[in-house]
Amino acid sequence: MYDFEFKKPGSIKAAVAMLESEDAQALGGGQTLIPTMKQRLASPAVLVSLAGIAKMQGVNVANGVMTIGGATTHADVAANAQAIPALVALAGHIGDPAVRNRGTIGGSLANNDPSADYPAAALALNATIVTDRRKIAADDFFDGMFGTALENGEIITAVRFPLPKAANYQKFLQPASRFALTGVFVADTKDGMRVAVTGASEEGVYRWTEAESALNDTPEASALDGLSVSPDGMIEDLHGTAAYRANLVGVLTKRAVTAL
Amino acid sequence: MTKVSMTVNGKAVSGEVEGRTLLAEFLRNNLHLTGTHIGCDTSQCGACTVHVNGKMVKSCAILAQEADGAEVATIEGMANDDGSLGVIQAAFQEHHGLQCGFCTPGMVMAAADLLAKNTNPSEADIRSHLDGNICRCTGYHNIVKSIQAAASALS
Amino acid sequence: MPKDHGIGAAPKRREDVRFLTGKGKYTDDINLYNQTYAYFVRSDVAHGKINNIDTKAAQDMPGVVRIFTGADFEGVGGVPCGWAVTDKHGEPMQEPAHPVLAQGKVRHVGDPIAVVVAESLAEARDAAEVLEIDIEELPAVIDMKAALEDGATKVHDDLTSNLCFDWGFVEENKAAVEEAFQNAHHVTSLELRNNRLVANPMEARVAIGEYDAASEDYTLYTTSQNPHVIRLLMGAFVLGIPEHKLRVVAPDVGGGFGTKIFHYAEEAFCTFAAKAVGRPVKWSASRSEAFISDAHGRDHVTKIELALDENGKFLAVRTDTLANMGAYLSTFAPSVPTWLHGTLMAGNYTTPLVYVNVRAVFTNTVPVDAYRGAGRPEATFQLERVIDKAAREIGMSPIDLRRINFIQPDQFPYATPVALEYDTGNYGATMDKLIEIADIAGFGDRMVESRKNGKLRGLGVNCYIEACGIAPSNLVGQLGARAGLYESATVRVNATGSISVYTGSHSHGQGHETTFPQVIAEMLGIDESMVDIVHGDTSKIPMGMGTYGSRSIAVGGSAMVRATEKVIAKAKKIAAHLLEAGEGDIELANGEFTVAGTDKSVAWGDVTLAAYVPHNYPLEDMEPGLEETAFYDPANFTYPSGAYACEVEVDPETGKVEICSFAAADDFGNIINPMIVDGQVHGGIGQGIGQALLEHAIYDENGQLLTGSYMDYAMPRASDMPSFSVDHSCQTPCTHNPLGVKGCGEAGAIGSPPAVVNAVVDALADLGVTHIDMPLSPNNVWSAIQAAK
Repeated sequence: MYDFEFKKPGSIKAAVAMLESEDAQALGGGQTLIPTMKQRLASPAVLVSLAGIAKMQGVNVANGVMTIGGATTHADVAANAQAIPALVALAGHIGDPAVRNRGTIGGSLANNDPSADYPAAALALNATIVTDRRKIAADDFFDGMFGTALENGEIITAVRFPLPKAANYQKFLQPASRFALTGVFVADTKDGMRVAVTGASEEGVYRWTEAESALNDTPEASALDGLSVSPDGMIEDLHGTAAYRANLVGVLTKRAVTAL
Repeated sequence: MTKVSMTVNGKAVSGEVEGRTLLAEFLRNNLHLTGTHIGCDTSQCGACTVHVNGKMVKSCAILAQEADGAEVATIEGMANDDGSLGVIQAAFQEHHGLQCGFCTPGMVMAAADLLAKNTNPSEADIRSHLDGNICRCTGYHNIVKSIQAAASALS
Repeated sequence: MPKDHGIGAAPKRREDVRFLTGKGKYTDDINLYNQTYAYFVRSDVAHGKINNIDTKAAQDMPGVVRIFTGADFEGVGGVPCGWAVTDKHGEPMQEPAHPVLAQGKVRHVGDPIAVVVAESLAEARDAAEVLEIDIEELPAVIDMKAALEDGATKVHDDLTSNLCFDWGFVEENKAAVEEAFQNAHHVTSLELRNNRLVANPMEARVAIGEYDAASEDYTLYTTSQNPHVIRLLMGAFVLGIPEHKLRVVAPDVGGGFGTKIFHYAEEAFCTFAAKAVGRPVKWSASRSEAFISDAHGRDHVTKIELALDENGKFLAVRTDTLANMGAYLSTFAPSVPTWLHGTLMAGNYTTPLVYVNVRAVFTNTVPVDAYRGAGRPEATFQLERVIDKAAREIGMSPIDLRRINFIQPDQFPYATPVALEYDTGNYGATMDKLIEIADIAGFGDRMVESRKNGKLRGLGVNCYIEACGIAPSNLVGQLGARAGLYESATVRVNATGSISVYTGSHSHGQGHETTFPQVIAEMLGIDESMVDIVHGDTSKIPMGMGTYGSRSIAVGGSAMVRATEKVIAKAKKIAAHLLEAGEGDIELANGEFTVAGTDKSVAWGDVTLAAYVPHNYPLEDMEPGLEETAFYDPANFTYPSGAYACEVEVDPETGKVEICSFAAADDFGNIINPMIVDGQVHGGIGQGIGQALLEHAIYDENGQLLTGSYMDYAMPRASDMPSFSVDHSCQTPCTHNPLGVKGCGEAGAIGSPPAVVNAVVDALADLGVTHIDMPLSPNNVWSAIQAAK
């Protein structure tokens, strides 16, 4: 690792101020960033830990919306997000227990790893990403692999999930990293069925709109029978061919719908 | 260099660290607590598992400065006050839950984390709690048995 | 009633206390006064010509002590190979030079080019980044078949081709084998790959070199399974340091699995550099570095054919294998696909004719050498897979087909057509035991249950035999070994009767500190706590060949027994003197020497005291003291064997394989400590399941290792494993070593991969799947299902 200056502000305002300099970077739980820095693939001069900001912690439900602070760990989500059981299950299976005690929802969404779990949840649940300066609909937030709508120095302070009627996440493990080789989050929301897929597309997390239409017509797994998933544009790597991932998208979506 | 202070195994400690100093490095190099091992550089093997404020973390994926002010527990603090093996350690010895010993400190710390929250874990609970702790020697069979035995002994 | 002490008991491991309390002392826990830190700059291309290395800017970086390149090692020896194979035409293998640091060319990703030695690791790494290395990338050869084509790029310009050797075994049988195939009732053939693996002991390699200018003594602390072998190879062949000036210490070592047998360039570098910079030099591998610098394992591509008669009796086996050597010959690499592989192709069966062809190939990849099992897993896998396939083809149960071909108990000693003489075994007994512990009778019901849940259930069974405890030195010398393969032990009895045993075997997880005292305590009738084991330090132990090939108890233990027998013989003489009796009348039991048929006795401690305080002692006939050394050179290999069963459920929609149960019935001969034997088998099965389902070191066509970290190299985790059912109650003791032991370290890794693959193929047989190459990842299984449609 290259050396850097470590800062731990107590407020969002202070954090944003510290992040104004070009070579400063926000640090959530560090479960991706620290290993990346150890490989010398990232070299911020200043690391701004968000862990000391009390306002960014915790899970609250009010008026049919669950709000999760951006610095809330996966373990805390798994322990406190009972209003959306699918989210409890998702958070409880990210990485491993030690990772879940450090990694945060804001960090995961900001990184938008194409195989991460939270992006699928945010997209399927039609979440709103709240930052220090604005609110971004999940549909507008993700922008290809590792890309987001976030500006330099912008912090995810909270994520708001409208409570769905039902939801389920099916994760198929990449056996080495324990990220999702493919994961499908299906949610029955007030705006209809939403299906979000992670781990599969070269464009990162996406909504499978054909499946959503079919499910809006017939909310059963059999509605998906006629749909085919094209391997075009799917990730192909040593863990799975594009065709395999396309198959997983179909299989996991059906399983998620069945489990709703 | 920045000064950090924390409690490690009940003792107040402090030291000068760089921004990049990992908690694992602080424990091993500054405090000479070499029971915490480093087995990989992608934060997956769990040999460096310690507890920070009562929760298991990988000390190779947390900066020493992030643990400033924290309560840290390591393998060196797991024995009884009289120096005899604690319940979990004794169960690992009794059930041959270790061979080369390199992953063992992390396994014991992971087991302690589990048993603090779940006094009667199923085999599946135990295996899933060890998802971030890799052992190359035991095939995990006797690690699972050791943790089951420790759970019985503790309850 | 299980015993509570001595041979056959299961005392708790004494080494555990330090490991469980964080007090283990691994090499990386050692820090020497005034030490420096070495950072290796490694090739990031698979093949390239080094045009220039400019060290000037790096040399001026903060904290840099010195920068070393290949130029510093001109005139220094290369890393030697310890086994020479002669090819089927009587020609020696092609043996390339293997410099400590690259000389002119790099030949695999990870090949060391330069080393920065600095005040801290961070400073060494910072300086390494400004080192200017001009490398012209050359085409790389990665695929073995492509490497053997005419005109292929050569890994080594000074060799005639990329073929290291073309080995035929047994060459004299070749024609008879051909004839047997022509006349066979049925021939089953199978092409398969034994996937390349990375051993991945959880402790990565570390080396610390130290030099004392006043005495001209060198010390190397290293993560080795065999410190004496390192002293020999590095001292004699690389650095030219005589043994009495070179001490090699391997303290607590965090697992080895073969990859810590070999002498590595980093060890020689740190030792050399310690003198050059006048300070200790420490190198600690990161895991990423381990992936591209530890010798890999396996990586064979094989076609195997089995000829059967109309009753299913095996007539002949014929194989054709390409074995990857990587870019250089690692210490024992040539022995693995040859003498540790071809000799096992008779398996547990009476197959009268075998011909094995192995072409060893250089590629621009990390060197490949022994990994747990070393050659024997490759032999077992192909043989047990082709037998399974044959059973399906001729409509016979895989168990029955094996049974009718077993070597029968009354046939031992049994000379195989591939040069081994099995001393003992009972393959039917282990199969019977397996059928019992795996509840094979209940499989049909379980299969029906699985079907109800949409899962395809399969049962895989196989046998294995291995040759361990390698072996008579004069024989292995004829086979090309450049070392002897005995073991030594010194049993030092102290004045008060306590004992220190100095063994050349090295414990890095096997529990020698516990099991070896069990043997001595049993022999002397004293408490185990009176015996301590000393190992891992060339300055303390007379000589040692180390620990690999399941040899510690069979060879190292036998040496210890021989030394203890000498101790007993001398102690009896002392006792006879003290008891004023004839030496022949003295009996030793329960720690007391007794005159046979009388109640006259003298305690162990009185005899040992007399040896060191010889006031009443036959000084005219005997020297005082009680310490004996023995070197034990085995008369033969040992032959552990067994039968394994695996049950799987396959999810046909995703290809995911779940292991429902795994059972192992092993015959290890006599057992010293059943708890530790169980643990060894568990660990071997864990690695075997890892090979079968998860692990694969994959290079792309440019020679980049795609699985260079735990993010992509799938290490088995707790949730990938079932609990295992293991049994070693079938015991046919080895007939030629004093303990009747066979060794148990590698069995699990040898026996388990075919069981897993046989089970998955069984589950998918109705879909038309006949083989899937390992690892049986979900993607590979699903793809095989699609291909069979």
